[in-house]
Amino acid sequence: MDAFFALAHGMAVAMQPMNLLYALIGVLLGTAVGVLPGIGPALTVALLLPVTYKLDPGGSLIMFAGIYYGGMYGGSTTAILINTPGESASMATALEGNKMAKAGRGGPALATAAIGSFVAGTIATIGLAFLAPWLVDFAVHFGPEDYFALMCVAFVTVSATFGSSPIRGLTSLFIGLTLGLIGIDKLTGQPRLAFGIPELLDGVEVTTLAVGLFAVGEALYVVSRRHHSEEKLEPVRGSLWMTKEDWQRSWKPWLRGTMFGFPIGALPAGGAEIPTFLSYSTEKRLAKHPEEFGKGAIEGVAGPEAANNASAAGTLVPLLTLGLPTSATAAMMLAGFQQYGLNPGPLLFAERPDLVWGLIASLFIANVMLLVLNLPLVGLWVKLLAIPQPWLYAGILVFATTGTIAAKPSVVELSMLAGFGVMGFLMRRFDFPIAPVVIGLILGPIAESQLRRAMSISLGDPMALLQSPMSATLLGIALIALVAPFVMQGLGRFKANED
Amino acid sequence: MSDLPQGPAERRIDSAGVVIAVALAALAVVLVWDASQLQSNNPYGMGPHVMPVVIAVGLGILAIGNLVEALRGNLPARESADPKAVWLILGGLALLIAIIALGGGFIPATTALFVATATAFGRRAILADLAIGFVMTTLIYVAFSRLLTLSLPAGPLERLF
Repeated sequence: MDAFFALAHGMAVAMQPMNLLYALIGVLLGTAVGVLPGIGPALTVALLLPVTYKLDPGGSLIMFAGIYYGGMYGGSTTAILINTPGESASMATALEGNKMAKAGRGGPALATAAIGSFVAGTIATIGLAFLAPWLVDFAVHFGPEDYFALMCVAFVTVSATFGSSPIRGLTSLFIGLTLGLIGIDKLTGQPRLAFGIPELLDGVEVTTLAVGLFAVGEALYVVSRRHHSEEKLEPVRGSLWMTKEDWQRSWKPWLRGTMFGFPIGALPAGGAEIPTFLSYSTEKRLAKHPEEFGKGAIEGVAGPEAANNASAAGTLVPLLTLGLPTSATAAMMLAGFQQYGLNPGPLLFAERPDLVWGLIASLFIANVMLLVLNLPLVGLWVKLLAIPQPWLYAGILVFATTGTIAAKPSVVELSMLAGFGVMGFLMRRFDFPIAPVVIGLILGPIAESQLRRAMSISLGDPMALLQSPMSATLLGIALIALVAPFVMQGLGRFKANED
Repeated sequence: MSDLPQGPAERRIDSAGVVIAVALAALAVVLVWDASQLQSNNPYGMGPHVMPVVIAVGLGILAIGNLVEALRGNLPARESADPKAVWLILGGLALLIAIIALGGGFIPATTALFVATATAFGRRAILADLAIGFVMTTLIYVAFSRLLTLSLPAGPLERLF
């Protein structure tokens, strides 16, 4: 029952007034940016990284976690009130939530999303607290070859297995891996892909890449197709509170959504889209009134929202115990750790238990804050949605460039920001996923150093990768996950030809 | 091959997809060239040139994959875009870089970007946006330099604070 003690100790850390304040700032900022269309939690953490490097690491990480959770809540508000989900994980919520808002039941939709997120977030954080020490005990025995194999699994699942096109996903990943090569090689001190430009010797900053792809790229994409869509904001009409029937129809979807979200988030499978859509289709099948789906069924909001939040907590399991980010936001949080010279993993649990458990305990607090703050403040969040688009995006771009200017005010860095913006625009236009680029940049160098460590232990014998049963198994899984979508695609085409 | 009887007439070669494939192949060539410049003085284990070559091979395979998709016309459909608005924002970014490089300072640079972006999004009130952008970026400058003690590039305007 070590987890209890550790968690109680973490609670004491998280309850310190300064840390409570950081959590509060985090959830408020997170909700605000989650509500704003066009910026998500990954971008917010990226924007804050250069600003926070002088602050206390524990407090900043608590704030980042608050942003992560808050962003999930805020995204659901946007999905319900205007039919443009800020992130793909809110897409399922938008299906039913927006219909409910149109039918004058926006209040109960927001309420079931918020309470469901609270229930799911709390259960999933308990899951995180008990799973993490167990996984850490397990991961202590990992050799470098096992870590390398694990990262291969993450690379494949994040980019190829679950996306719309494995080729485009892998292309994104390899662009990220290429960017990760830039800079001085740590082992031999030789510059790679620097082309004699001194600014490139330090490598590509994760924040510059993320801000370029997410903020500049998004702004360019939205402006390029401005003439296509007109967003319509649904006013919140009627009571905010759920009726007894709403409660009865909501609580089971909350729990089922949690059961989908947490394990899938905890596996290095990446993304909250799968559990939210699984939850949506399950609720549709189990509902007493399936005919209501598509017209505003509360189960279709309760389940996916719970799944969304539970998977956010699940993503923290591989991040904290193995240092393995499986979403763009988790990748930015890893960059946040690295900014303070901290490396998530078994060692961090042993060396900085106050920091890790304080962070986990603060997630409970963040969840409570979000529940208490969100419903009363919904009027305020709705006002954010009324900011005219020109000023919204102009403001986003000013903040985005400010972060880079504050960190490195050089022409090279700012040109890279603009270049990544163009890349983000083109990737959106041609439907390449963005997250694998960020994960490739941040995880690629770590994977390479683990591989080289394994190779120098084995004196250059690549068979060492297959001699450890763990790494052999993981590499096998990676191979299956890589081949499976192509085989299934082939089967699908075969079937289509038969018809 | 087995797809051919399915009416190749409706499947058009996607030229943008071909460009993407060529760009990926070019990137792979750059990686291999750069890796060949590295010295590997590491008799045991793995030198710094191995990973770039592995990634280059991956990029090469993906270039072929993207090329096949483009030739089959398998790329997702794209909506018409408004290039003028995109160029306007990129122009704003270029202006920002130029102003900072020439020592014009943070406030004029980001104000220029603010106005360019707002205009790209359809605003036609340049003077009002100039004022809004100026006030906003001045507040950011003061907050950064006073509250966060982070220095932003200062031009003639910023030295007044």
